[in-house]
Amino acid sequence: MAYERSESTGTGAGDGVDTTALALKILVAGGFGVGKTTLVGSVSEIRPLRTEERLSRAGELVDDTGGVDQKTTTTVAMDFGRITIRSGLSLYLFGTPGQDRFWFLWDELSQGALGAVVLADTRRLEDCFPAVDYFEHRKIPFVVAVNCFTGARTYGAHEVSRALDLDRGTPVVLCDARDRDSGKEVLIRLVEYAGRMHTARLLDSVG
Amino acid sequence: MNEDSTGGGPAVPGGQWYDADAGPLVRPYAMTGGRTRPGPSNVRFDLIALVVVDDDPPGAAEEGLLGPEHRSLLALCRAETQSVAELAADADLPVGVVRVLLGDLLESGFVRVSRPVPPAQLPDERILREVIDGLRAL
Ligand SMILES: Nc1nc2c(ncn2[C@@H]2O[C@H](COP(=O)(O)OP(=O)(O)OP(=O)(O)O)[C@@H](O)[C@H]2O)c(=O)[nH]1
Ligand SMILES: [Mg+2]
Repeated sequence: MAYERSESTGTGAGDGVDTTALALKILVAGGFGVGKTTLVGSVSEIRPLRTEERLSRAGELVDDTGGVDQKTTTTVAMDFGRITIRSGLSLYLFGTPGQDRFWFLWDELSQGALGAVVLADTRRLEDCFPAVDYFEHRKIPFVVAVNCFTGARTYGAHEVSRALDLDRGTPVVLCDARDRDSGKEVLIRLVEYAGRMHTARLLDSVG
Repeated sequence: MNEDSTGGGPAVPGGQWYDADAGPLVRPYAMTGGRTRPGPSNVRFDLIALVVVDDDPPGAAEEGLLGPEHRSLLALCRAETQSVAELAADADLPVGVVRVLLGDLLESGFVRVSRPVPPAQLPDERILREVIDGLRAL
């Protein structure tokens, strides 16, 4: 078996209930205001997470710091939620900031990620193009979740899939990010898909 | 999407992700002695790396020498095995600060930090099945 389990203390307070613990990471990405925070909050207990980044990395392309050396770090807020499947098995959700300038965060976040949810709003589908490209290029399994805002014309999953020019097999799910069951369904589709992708790759590497 | 300010100041599109003032960040780093990088072991803990208290920690005397932030972090670790991200959220500290503090605790043998699942090595089907069933049952 290929993956590593993290060993936790076998003695002491744990009573040896679980000698291994596994943490899985799922990213929630998408354009500005598309419902990332709402989705993470509907399926998990959401907590804000602060990460600070050097401005030279975070904003060098955007910000003209004009040689102002003092302001070297900046705070980036992420959404963070945990779903405990059982003791020793947890799912961690990270909602990434919608702005392009924070892409460098994704490089760290996507390391070892189980997969990603790309939220889309059909009124401005193009906002999720960068996220789709990002995960496609890195071969990170992702599903597109179309957040059905009221007032937006409803499109079928096929139409969205075509408009985004998705690889065949990439799931498109219609959802309401405010609804817990709907959010759960999105995650389930992603985990199923990640499993299929993983199996396919294993077979590929064998054959 | 047009939240650019029209004023003459440094227009920062999407600037709401930035603190209005980077000032408060100065203070958290005071507790790390100004370091922004974990100590000699030089590991950058993954956000979902799990932190457990060491089976064989240094004695009470050494623990007494720890600073208050180190100690409160250690208390959080003792309460429950948690990820780096959770510790940061619970301690209400930026992730970078927590990484530095954890680096110290690792160096001095108070905690152990797990490596997360390596990239491209996903858990087996049985685990994924468990996750799916668990999600359904939520
Ligand atoms: N009608 C409707 N409103 C939604 C839905 N999902 C989110 N909203 C609303 O849309 C707004 C933006 O949602 P957020 O969850 O903050 O979006 P976000 O992607 O986190 O936004 P940023 O972090 O700013 O990029 C909020 O006012 C939500 O209440 C939905 O499914 N339907
Ligand atoms: Mg948000």
